[in-house]
Amino acid sequence: MSTMVQTNVQVYAVFIKASPEQIWEAITKPEFTSRYFYGSLVDSTFEAGTAYRSWSPDREKLWVDGEVLDSDPPRRLSYTWRALYDEETAGEEPSRVSWEIEPQEGGVSKLTVVHDQLERAPKTAENVAGGWMYILSGMKTLLETGEPLTS
Amino acid sequence: MNDDPVFKALADPTRRLLLDRLYERDGRSLTELESDLEMTRFGVMKHLRVLEDAGLVVTRRSGREKLHYLNPVPIRLIHDRWIDKYTERRVSALADLKHELEETA
Repeated sequence: MSTMVQTNVQVYAVFIKASPEQIWEAITKPEFTSRYFYGSLVDSTFEAGTAYRSWSPDREKLWVDGEVLDSDPPRRLSYTWRALYDEETAGEEPSRVSWEIEPQEGGVSKLTVVHDQLERAPKTAENVAGGWMYILSGMKTLLETGEPLTS
Repeated sequence: MNDDPVFKALADPTRRLLLDRLYERDGRSLTELESDLEMTRFGVMKHLRVLEDAGLVVTRRSGREKLHYLNPVPIRLIHDRWIDKYTERRVSALADLKHELEETA
């Protein structure tokens, strides 16, 4: 078995039977993120230049800190990412998370997450690799069935 | 969602080899991927197309190059379909055990 060499660009994509507007809501509303994003509560106005934050379920701990770089609802969102939930990743340089939502035929949208600028955040790169898969799979289940993956 | 394209894409050794190459190092161009295989450029393109249609490979433009990335999400979805309820049970069993130990301590 070969070992995976972590690259500085990670790309994940999923087809979801939902409109771009619904997916945008799922990314930007804490009542949705709490149901598929490790229980976290997203906190941002999603305007370029403002803070992007994500809190622990009890709102006690800041899990992710960043800044909104680009926002074009309901198609494109990009922000910086500092993972504070882990001691090893907290001290690393910020990386960048970008969401792209493209409508397809038949009421389906293609959702792509690109996590890049990970050159100076190797621990973060390692840490998020399995996470994005879990998150996208959970968001798909939530939007298509109304049920979170883990209740 | 229809899983057929995923299973069809995975049912070919050359396509699995292409995924192995991307697993080793992600974000490769067609030229790079082609150099590993004894196959025409057109043949490799066709296989990559099948993988892309199944959502197992995602392409991004980087300057003049088109780079290919392994997208494991469709495989994760297949995993969730049949495996998840077992892992779920194990996690809750561990939580129950911890609870029980703390009760008796």
